[in-house]
Amino acid sequence: MEHRSLLEWRESLRRREISARELVEYYLERIRRLDPKIKAYLTVCEEEARRQAQEADRRLSAGEDLPLLGVPLAIKDNICTRGVRTTCASRILENFVPPYDATVIERLKAAGAILLGKTNLDEFAMGSSTENSAFFPTRNPWDTERVPGGSSGGSAAAVAADLCAGALGSDTGGSIRQPASFCGVVGFKPTYGRVSRYGLVAFASSLDQIGPLTRTVADTALLLQVIGGPDERDTTSWPEPQPDYLAELEKPLSPLRLGIPKEAFGEGLSSEVRRVLEEALREAEKLGHEIREVSLPHLEYALPAYYIIAPAEASSNLARYDGVKYGFRAQGRDLIDMYKKTRSRGFGAEVKRRIMLGTYALSAGYYEAFYRKASQVRTLIIRDFEEAFRQADLILMPASPTPAFRLGEKTDDPLKMYLSDIYTIPVNMAGLPGLSLPVGFTENRLPVNLQIIGPQLADALVLAFGRALEAALALDLKPPLE
Amino acid sequence: MAISKEEVQHVAHLARLEFSEEDLERFTRELSGILEYMAKLSEVDTSGVEPTYNALRLENRFREDQVQASFPPEEILSNAPEREGSSFVVPRVIRS
Repeated sequence: MEHRSLLEWRESLRRREISARELVEYYLERIRRLDPKIKAYLTVCEEEARRQAQEADRRLSAGEDLPLLGVPLAIKDNICTRGVRTTCASRILENFVPPYDATVIERLKAAGAILLGKTNLDEFAMGSSTENSAFFPTRNPWDTERVPGGSSGGSAAAVAADLCAGALGSDTGGSIRQPASFCGVVGFKPTYGRVSRYGLVAFASSLDQIGPLTRTVADTALLLQVIGGPDERDTTSWPEPQPDYLAELEKPLSPLRLGIPKEAFGEGLSSEVRRVLEEALREAEKLGHEIREVSLPHLEYALPAYYIIAPAEASSNLARYDGVKYGFRAQGRDLIDMYKKTRSRGFGAEVKRRIMLGTYALSAGYYEAFYRKASQVRTLIIRDFEEAFRQADLILMPASPTPAFRLGEKTDDPLKMYLSDIYTIPVNMAGLPGLSLPVGFTENRLPVNLQIIGPQLADALVLAFGRALEAALALDLKPPLE
Repeated sequence: MAISKEEVQHVAHLARLEFSEEDLERFTRELSGILEYMAKLSEVDTSGVEPTYNALRLENRFREDQVQASFPPEEILSNAPEREGSSFVVPRVIRS
């Protein structure tokens, strides 16, 4: 019964082999037993999930057919849920209860999904290990001495440990794809704009994107189908209707040209990760696809450009936490002093670091040298990808330079932590779809994912190739938890 | 590219943050290190390159200005740290 896919659960629910109530109890029992060890959840909606399950069972018996009817999901705690505390793993929002649902939550509920709980993250999604949570770190189900990655570490760990049927995360510089790799689950960052950001607590608005974390590629396609598509409340959402992703997965895949950027397999990539990825590439060749070298000459500049653009946008987005309308407030002598005390006590170190960096980069005298320069480099990165996609249908890269590292290993050195996202950041900069797919294990049995990148709006092709490779590899992705 | 403690203090004020002396030293050190790494960008020739602010090059999208339902004030005020009636309360701004 364990580690079934979302689609398998959906079939069992439809055939009435299991009730939604039983499925919710299955997960609540696992959470009670295993989550004290993993700490994936910040909030478990026990009563509300039971109530929703009853409602789902009533509708299932009435013969209603909805894409996710009765399926329990976990949601990263930076996505607003009406009536359910949404903290962003920050003291400043510790008691914030949103009066509205994010668009993705509205759509999940309309599709019949059950909200099981809210998952841990690096505060405001800033981090690569979930150690920046103001509440507690999450642990990697494959080795609890190691981090689950971040910032969507809670969602990735919850999927890997089978503490939910599937989950949503958000990805600004790799926050879905890197934890998916550390935890051995499927994680997908759609093309920028494919999924509405309305109700996602903003970090860097030109880079943020919501996406699924699941046990299979087909599950990701199903969740994306439900949450994606245009939304009037997000003017950056892509105005065209989305394709039928699940139907696209069923179509036969013609031979593809798979581009391997030489810059992404050089220095900085761990030899174990390289070995696993090279095996996966051979498997892709066996499927009839062609591997060819491509070049992304500005790849090494993506990280420094990102660490100007993302903090600049963050410093502006996080100005709203002023102790007035919601969240934590500290007392002060006057208004300015109240702002300063509220923000200094409410935000953690990494959030303050990025606000400082962003404020500096946008301040008088530095704007041209930093923010404008970084935005120009962003254009060059986009051009690199455009050129590479003239020679290849998809681009394959590592999802992370290393497997999961140990807790505390990188907390003292912000730059070292930032380097975790070296292969995922360029994809956000260019707004491309990127799939993080489990393709093997290190000798210590830590999972390693491959990143599959497509041109803008080619989400369906990325998923179709991912699904083919997933089927060929047929990995056992059950962590040794019990 | 080093940043001075005074600059860090100035930026902190702009960002409405304050730091203890010890934190100030640490932030100055860390930010200098990060900015040094950012200086790598100056290696790139960007003359004549347009900056990108939206990767999909979406332009402004306009819609009709129509009246729609908004949130009831009670729901919006329910998260306020301090309120009075239908108002948010802030420290006095104007001196009497």
